[in-house]
Amino acid sequence: METTLVENLPQVTAVGVIIKAVIILAVISAIAGFGTFVERKVLAFMQRRLGPMHVGPYGLLQIAADGIKLFTKEDIIPQNANKLIFMIAPVITAATAFIALSSVPVFPDFIIPEFIPLLGGTFVPSIASDLNIGILFVLGMMAAGLYGPLLAGMSQANKWGIIGAARTAVQFLSYEVVTGLSILAPIMLVGSLSFVDFNNYQAAGIGSWMVWQQPVAFVLFLIAGFAETNRTPFDLLEHEAEVVSGYATEYSGMRWGMFFIGEYANMITISVIAAIVFLGGYDPEATLGWLTIILKIGFFFFLMLWVRAAWPHVRPDQLMWLCWKVLMPLAVVNILITAIVVMV
Amino acid sequence: MYEIVAFYLFSALTIGLFIITVMSKNVLYAMTSLASAMVLISGFFFILGADFLGVVQLIVYVGAIMALYSFAMMFFDATRDIKEKNTNNALVFLLGGMSALVLVLMFSAPIFSDSIQALYPMHEGAGNAQDVGIVLFTKYLVPFEVAALMLLVAMIAGIILAGKKMDQSLTEDMSADDEIMIVKDEK
Repeated sequence: METTLVENLPQVTAVGVIIKAVIILAVISAIAGFGTFVERKVLAFMQRRLGPMHVGPYGLLQIAADGIKLFTKEDIIPQNANKLIFMIAPVITAATAFIALSSVPVFPDFIIPEFIPLLGGTFVPSIASDLNIGILFVLGMMAAGLYGPLLAGMSQANKWGIIGAARTAVQFLSYEVVTGLSILAPIMLVGSLSFVDFNNYQAAGIGSWMVWQQPVAFVLFLIAGFAETNRTPFDLLEHEAEVVSGYATEYSGMRWGMFFIGEYANMITISVIAAIVFLGGYDPEATLGWLTIILKIGFFFFLMLWVRAAWPHVRPDQLMWLCWKVLMPLAVVNILITAIVVMV
Repeated sequence: MYEIVAFYLFSALTIGLFIITVMSKNVLYAMTSLASAMVLISGFFFILGADFLGVVQLIVYVGAIMALYSFAMMFFDATRDIKEKNTNNALVFLLGGMSALVLVLMFSAPIFSDSIQALYPMHEGAGNAQDVGIVLFTKYLVPFEVAALMLLVAMIAGIILAGKKMDQSLTEDMSADDEIMIVKDEK
């Protein structure tokens, strides 16, 4: 695979990539679990409650309690369901979320110290697979992740499930256009689809951040990102007040948990893309360069929780209206203006 | 080495999944195997180093088959098998014969592959999104524009067909309720 990394970096080996993959899996799963706790706490404070307080200090061990509950619950498969598809569906959501993370820069490069046996001296890259078309790959993989809810809803022989699946299709067909068109304008400015090139383009400090040149694209991408990760105000697929739990109605235990690991991993992926494409990304030179991107990712994660606490969710027809009649024309006009500016 | 292993893996999986697509009587199995086979085809592009085409294959077919699913959802009960009616034997014979012919051509293709040369080989410097763009906007400009025009026509037709009541909301529109009542009365 052709890389755009700087030439003087050590050789990327298969072992390094495997270590990287294991790190991503372990850390992001853990963060996804911790994310549920953070979400409950943040929502609680915004609604003047305390949230989980009883298990452990400040409710921190709630994650462990939830984990034990999820892992030990009975895995129920409904009698009339299409069993194979029903069992595969949650795996699709979780797997595609992690595959998408494989071409996103997460954590800095490092070399495993020599004193560690076997693996000493292995170079672990910051991007597991540095594709030249990183952004497209991530967006495509995240889009493929929506097959999870779709198949889950269709296979479970439950009317709420079918409604959830239908809403998945509607949501996917609505936001997908906006995601692609909104990110096209920054791509035109940078002239590349690689995350590393985006990062280098904005290396000159806050003034060179893409968000100042492309504010419209930034807002559109965030809205589409919320729809992509099924966050409020676009959580149509599983809205409790309307469709019980939508596609997840018949799921229990770890299969249900996998949907949410996938969702939180997708939230992190969208935050990383937004931070790199619009907010300057990371600084590979400075020692604290990676701290800045973690702060940015944390901000986007917080923003998703904030919006959830502040906004009611929209109806499916409002989502379609918003995506096709408001956001898509805006995105096209934005692309046209960007194209004229780039040409002139 | 990795390429060969990946190629045989992807080939076996793709062919197997397409066989399920054709053979299965369950609409959910057929659609799911179709979608996964289309996604796996992008693997071949990645093996060949055509990353851009691979991702395009992924994005296009994920979206297209999602739309197909929504039709399946409207017309079939996804958890049951459907009864197929194959009455036209002549058509089956013709299609089967043509498939066999295509298969023979495909297997004989490696014999002639030495004499085939790429008109637009990949450049070392440019990424393959750039290569695709250059070919698309020079040699294939006319087909590309014609395709764009056809899509525009299809889009306008779609809007005209669906757009009669576009300014009314389906949930607020009273005439929709009337239609539902009429259907109920007929029953």
